[in-house]
Parts: sequence; C-alpha cells; structure tokens
Amino acid sequence: MSTLPPELQTELAQQVAAADHPREQVINIMYVLQKHYGYMSDEAVEEAAALLDMTPLEVEELATFYDFIYREAVGKFVIHVCDGVVCWMFHEGSVFDYLCEKLGVCAGGVSADGMFTVLPSACLGFCDHAPAMLINGVFYGHLNPEKIDAILEKLRREYCDLVICR
Amino acid sequence: MGEQVLLLNRQPDRPLSLEEYRQSGGYEALMAAVGKRTPEELRQLVLASGLRGRGGAGFPAGKKWSFIGKGHPRYLIPNTDEMEPGTFKDRVLVNVNPHLVLEGIILSAYAISAAKGIFFIRPSYEMDAELIERELGVAREAGFLGENILGSDFSFDLVVHRSAGRYICGEASAQVNAIMGRRPHPNKEVHMTDAGLWGKPTIVNNVETLACVPAILRKGPDWFKGLARSKDGAGTKLFCVSGRVNRPGCYEMPMGTPFNEILDEAGGMSPGSELKAFLPGGASTSFMPPKFSQVQMDFEPLKETGNRLGTGAIMVFDQNTCLVGATLNLLDYFTRESCGFCTPCREGLPFIRDLLLRLEHGEGKEEFIPMLKQMAHHMFKAYCAFAPGAASPVLGLLHHFEAEIREHISQRQCPFKGK
Repeated sequence: MSTLPPELQTELAQQVAAADHPREQVINIMYVLQKHYGYMSDEAVEEAAALLDMTPLEVEELATFYDFIYREAVGKFVIHVCDGVVCWMFHEGSVFDYLCEKLGVCAGGVSADGMFTVLPSACLGFCDHAPAMLINGVFYGHLNPEKIDAILEKLRREYCDLVICR
Repeated sequence: MGEQVLLLNRQPDRPLSLEEYRQSGGYEALMAAVGKRTPEELRQLVLASGLRGRGGAGFPAGKKWSFIGKGHPRYLIPNTDEMEPGTFKDRVLVNVNPHLVLEGIILSAYAISAAKGIFFIRPSYEMDAELIERELGVAREAGFLGENILGSDFSFDLVVHRSAGRYICGEASAQVNAIMGRRPHPNKEVHMTDAGLWGKPTIVNNVETLACVPAILRKGPDWFKGLARSKDGAGTKLFCVSGRVNRPGCYEMPMGTPFNEILDEAGGMSPGSELKAFLPGGASTSFMPPKFSQVQMDFEPLKETGNRLGTGAIMVFDQNTCLVGATLNLLDYFTRESCGFCTPCREGLPFIRDLLLRLEHGEGKEEFIPMLKQMAHHMFKAYCAFAPGAASPVLGLLHHFEAEIREHISQRQCPFKGK
C-alpha cells in the first residue's frame, strides 16, 4: 500500500501517464520522491517501481548509479564539494576536510543538527571560481575557511526551500 | 580576441533576451531555412563548413548528420552534460545566449528532420536548465518552436531532460540509455543514427557544435572556415581556461589559436607562477610541457603532437603543483566515475590509481614506472572511449615528467610537500 499523500500519488501517476514512454520519467519521479521522503528510501524505491511498472531492482540499479540520488538519509543541505583537479590545485582537498571537521561528519554522514551532509563531487564546471561547491543547486566559489563559515551560518539562519536538485 | 560568433554581445551578468538576439540577426537563418531550403541543403552547407564536434571527439557534424537513418520519428539530443573536468563552456554559452543555442538546435533538427529534441543537462546546472525551459517558452510563443514552425510543415519540440549526475552520461549511447530510464552504460552494438532513442534514428551533438549552425547558414561555409587560424580548421572555439592564470574564464577565439595567445587572453600566469604544464582539453587529454606553448589549439595540430583538443578546456599547472598528485586526483575521478561495465576500465583504473597513490605517499618503486605504462596501454582495450581518456594524463605524466616520478621514488616522499 502506498504511503504517499493521495494528491502526490495522483500527481505522479498523471506525470507518468502523460509521458510517451513511462520509463523516461524515472529520474524525475526519483527526484520528487527524494524530496518527499528526504532521500531515496527503500519505500521510495518501491513507490517509484510501482508508479513506473518497473521492478524495485530496476529502480535500485538507477538509484545507486546516480550521485544526485541519495540512497541514504542526508541532511537538509547536501554540500557537493568539487574534487576536480582545478579545485584540488587551489585547495588540495582541504575544502572537503575543512567542512567535515567543522560539521563533525565523514563523507555522506549527517551533522548532529540534521542540517548538513558533505559529499565529494565530480568537477562541477565552476573551475573559473575554484575552489567551489554546490549546495541545493546554488554555486559557491573562491572558497576559504572564513567564507565557508559565513555560508554555513547563513544556511542555518535563513529559510531555504529544499531543492535537492529540482 | 578575434570575431565573436557564439559569445557576441556577451553581458557580464545576464543572458541576452530574444529581442537582443534578433537585433543581431538572431533567428534569420531559421526564417531563411524552414520551408525554403531542404534539409539536404542544410546538411551539405554544414558539411562544407568543416564544423567538427565540440564535445571532445571532433567528428564532422555534417557527416554525422548524413548517417541519419530512414525511420521516424527522429530525435536530436543536444548534449549539455559537460562533465569533463575543467570544462564549463556550455554553461557559459547557455547563459550568454540561450536563443542562439535554441536556434542552432531547431535548425539542426530541421536538417535531420527530427520531430523531438531532448535537451540533456547535468544536475549541477539546474539553474541553467530552468533558464532553458523559460526561454523555450519564449521561442514557442514567437513561433520558432512547436507545431508548424513559422507556418511551414516542419514541427519540432524540445524538452529538458534533467540528469542525476555521472560522467559516463556524456557518452552518446550511454546518454540515450539514461533518457530511456536504463542504467547508462555505453552501447556499441547499435548505431545511434539508426536505432538510438526508443530504437529510432538519433543524433547526439554537443550544444557548442549546434550553436555554430545559425552563423554558418547566415554567412556561409567559407566565412566559417575563414574564422580559423589553422590550415584545415573551421570556426571559433570556446576555450575555458582555469588553474594558475590571472583571469580564468571562457574565451571565444579562432580555432587554431596558439596556446600561448590563449594564455595571454586569460591574463597570463598568476603572480609567482611559472608554466610547468597544461592539459589542453579536459582531464581526458595529456599533459603538455612549456615546449608546446606555440601549439595551435585545433584537432589536427594537437593530434600531430600525439594529443587531443578534447573539449578545449585548458588547465594550467605551475611549478609548485605536483603532477603525480594531479594525476592521482584525475585517476580518483575516473575510478569513481567508471560505469563498471567492462573489465579493463573497472579493474585497470583502480590499479593505476593505487600505483599513483603509493608513489605520492613515498612508497613508490622503480618497477612502478613500467607497470604504469603497461596498464595505461591496456586501457585502450576498453569498451568505450572513457578508459583511453583516463589513460591520457597518465601517459603524459610518464612521457614528459618521468623525472618527477623518479624524485618521488628516490626521496621516498612527495617533493612538493611542505613547499
């Protein structure tokens, strides 16, 4: 039995029905479910499979493949730290280490306040502003410890809609 | 800087509007083409222009189009996955002039009689995906997109496909699998031009390639060829320059501009930095030492040096940067991004990475050098172009900077640590 709110269930079913090929909607559906559940939970995998007439295994194959689909619980803000070679050149990985230390987490963990998850990410395409990171769809560049502190403070204080890539 | 074709009228802080684009001849090529010229004529003009794919492989665009199969519907996939490290030209292009990109897509769709386009974009570019979606609506409203474009019998519509990441999705056949909701492994068993998306004829082109098409049609193939500075080159190229330079950024310059002139355009080396090496076209190309500073940045001249133009993403390294460390970073990336489908790539890349890691940590041995060479050459036996690309910086390191590897071995530590 679906645990989705009926309106969301209907909306997603309509989205699938409107597609030429239902399966082309799988990433979009995963994004919506991820937003609803906070991450792509086991329940979300089952829901996606039922909506798209796929097996849960087929959904799992995709959910575990893509780095912007989170198969484990994440914080409210997912910090994608660029580990491309240009960012590395400027900071030798320390943006990542600094964030982990500051937030008391390892890669993929959730900070104690439930706010942040830090993930290493493939070159974000922001090399002209290296070192860079991406948080819920927004780029931050030319990073240094002071700037990172200010960004984290701002995110803690100010309301921000949970984007998770959409 | 030379004539600006793709970044003409670039504004520092905002994209050009439809009106602004039209003031400089925007959508004139489309109006002159649909219903007036045949798709075959368009294909011939683009073929004659010498336009080569800007996504990395450099395949002639007109030739790719000529392979389009007979079936319908046909699909055009503008590729904005842009996950090659160091590359951000497509992000800049879309943000400078979204309608130039759209006109290029629509004209190219006409040339191959495509009914539908799927704009494939990476998740880090969500803001750009939203921009394109908004401008799609504007173009549709103006009659440039949708049913019976400009009153002709040509109908074409474009939707945005949001990806969820992973480098391999930039490979054409993997991208098609991704759109179909399958695990995005490359597929070399079928020709995309015959049986691509949903088994129908499909063309995947990089968006920079497509954005060249309006100007080619408006000003002619000879004019386009004349833009280049290299003998057999054509057009301009978006070069993204990053690393130890004063003004990192995306610069449009003639195809075939020598590397040192592009470096000058980017403000030269940063204070205190001297040029030690550069990657000419993303992480899948090979390190080049300063003796190649005069090399013309184009497909053929770089091929003659044993390297590739790739995406034209130039990454500049200085004397204080450890190239063993840099190569290790690149191999960390490729190892993680390997889709795992074929053995050489899945098993070979972690092997190379491990050798580099031990070298960087001062645990390297003399015999690692021939092992690295052998393993890098094995990568050319992989299923797709991913692993050979990953081997390129390793081969460059071995070829031009073997002395630096030996220093790591003899000093039993990275010679750059603590500098």
